[in-house]
Amino acid sequence: MSDTKSASVPALPRSVQAGNGITRRDFLNEITLGALGIAGLGSVAVTYQYFSPNVLFEPSTTFRAGNPDLYPLHSVTFLQDQQVYIVRMPEGFYAVSAVCTHLGCITAWHPEHELIECPCHGSKFKDDGTKVAGPAPRPLPHFAISLTADGELLVDKLQNIKPSQVLKV
Amino acid sequence: MATTFHSALQSLRETKVWKSIFRRGPANTNRTRSLAVFGNLFLHWMPVKVREKSLRVRASYYLGSISFILFIVLFVTGILLMFYYHPAAPHAYRDMKDLQFVVSNGVFLRNLHRLAAHLMVFVVFWHMFHVFYRGGYKPPHEFNWIVGVMLLLLTLFLSYTGYLLPWDQLAFWAVTVGTNIISAMPVVGNKVRFLLLGGNIVGENALLRFYVLHVVILPLIAFFFIGIHFWRVQKDGGLTVKPKDDDGKE
Repeated sequence: MSDTKSASVPALPRSVQAGNGITRRDFLNEITLGALGIAGLGSVAVTYQYFSPNVLFEPSTTFRAGNPDLYPLHSVTFLQDQQVYIVRMPEGFYAVSAVCTHLGCITAWHPEHELIECPCHGSKFKDDGTKVAGPAPRPLPHFAISLTADGELLVDKLQNIKPSQVLKV
Repeated sequence: MATTFHSALQSLRETKVWKSIFRRGPANTNRTRSLAVFGNLFLHWMPVKVREKSLRVRASYYLGSISFILFIVLFVTGILLMFYYHPAAPHAYRDMKDLQFVVSNGVFLRNLHRLAAHLMVFVVFWHMFHVFYRGGYKPPHEFNWIVGVMLLLLTLFLSYTGYLLPWDQLAFWAVTVGTNIISAMPVVGNKVRFLLLGGNIVGENALLRFYVLHVVILPLIAFFFIGIHFWRVQKDGGLTVKPKDDDGKE
């Protein structure tokens, strides 16, 4: 530490010596960039929050589908407003989504083929949602279906259930 | 007649107002012509000199210029259409129909906007192929090639966001299908779709978001990239010129 050179060079301030050769300018630059970086990340976060709506004015995902007697045995009924098929078979009731699992087009029930068919890219499904043909990657999902206290069918489109779970009335 | 016009122009150039706007004298030497270009905000990114070869039709078919002219046509007609269009769910479709059947010359402006948009997608693609087959992506043009790819993507995004605005069946299902393609993206797909639509379905929020993207955000970004693109053509030494551009023969 104490060589001949140090006598002629003025000693650096203690704070600079302690910082392993980091100058004041470097320190201030880094702390400013760090602060700007944190502020930048924060503004990205609040912008993301701003663009995610907290309240959506979209149709309710739970709906009443009326009295079970409305649906004859061996029938597939398309509820256009809800984009759901209510299917009644001897084993019971089930609710199948009418939205194609390929790219979201609305399918149609074709009684003459006994198939649910998508007009956009030609996917075909059986009345229980099983895929028969086409580009759709998955079968049509089944929605939770139950009976209300006053005996009406109640479908919850946010709750997917296994196709084996049918509602017996 | 010609001399009267000439002397009128001459005396106009002598006026104090003219001289305050155009501070340089008449551009009658190579030096003053260069200075006239350098000193003008609207011309300063243009080359002072171009090779005659690069102006021949077969050097470019003027495809870049045509794309830019179409962009300006779309900019002007788009602003005019905005005076009658509300980006809200019950109004959007009716406003589009009003433009077609009720507003004076509305159908002309709407179709000019629509057809120029179709044509711009076509011309921008043609421009890209033409530049590619002439080797216009090679050094020193690599950076400008990437800027051009950005402009192609911007053209497609502008086209796609504009597609929803008539709010008819075609628009609705095109955007339903398109945004479902986005949700196929790994990990973030559904979140990006939610943010783009402002919800889970193609509804009011989606219409408004696509409108803002279409009329403000994307055109601003496009103008920015067009500026860089033009400036870089000059900085990279003009168009790629080949010997056969002289007379059509090698």
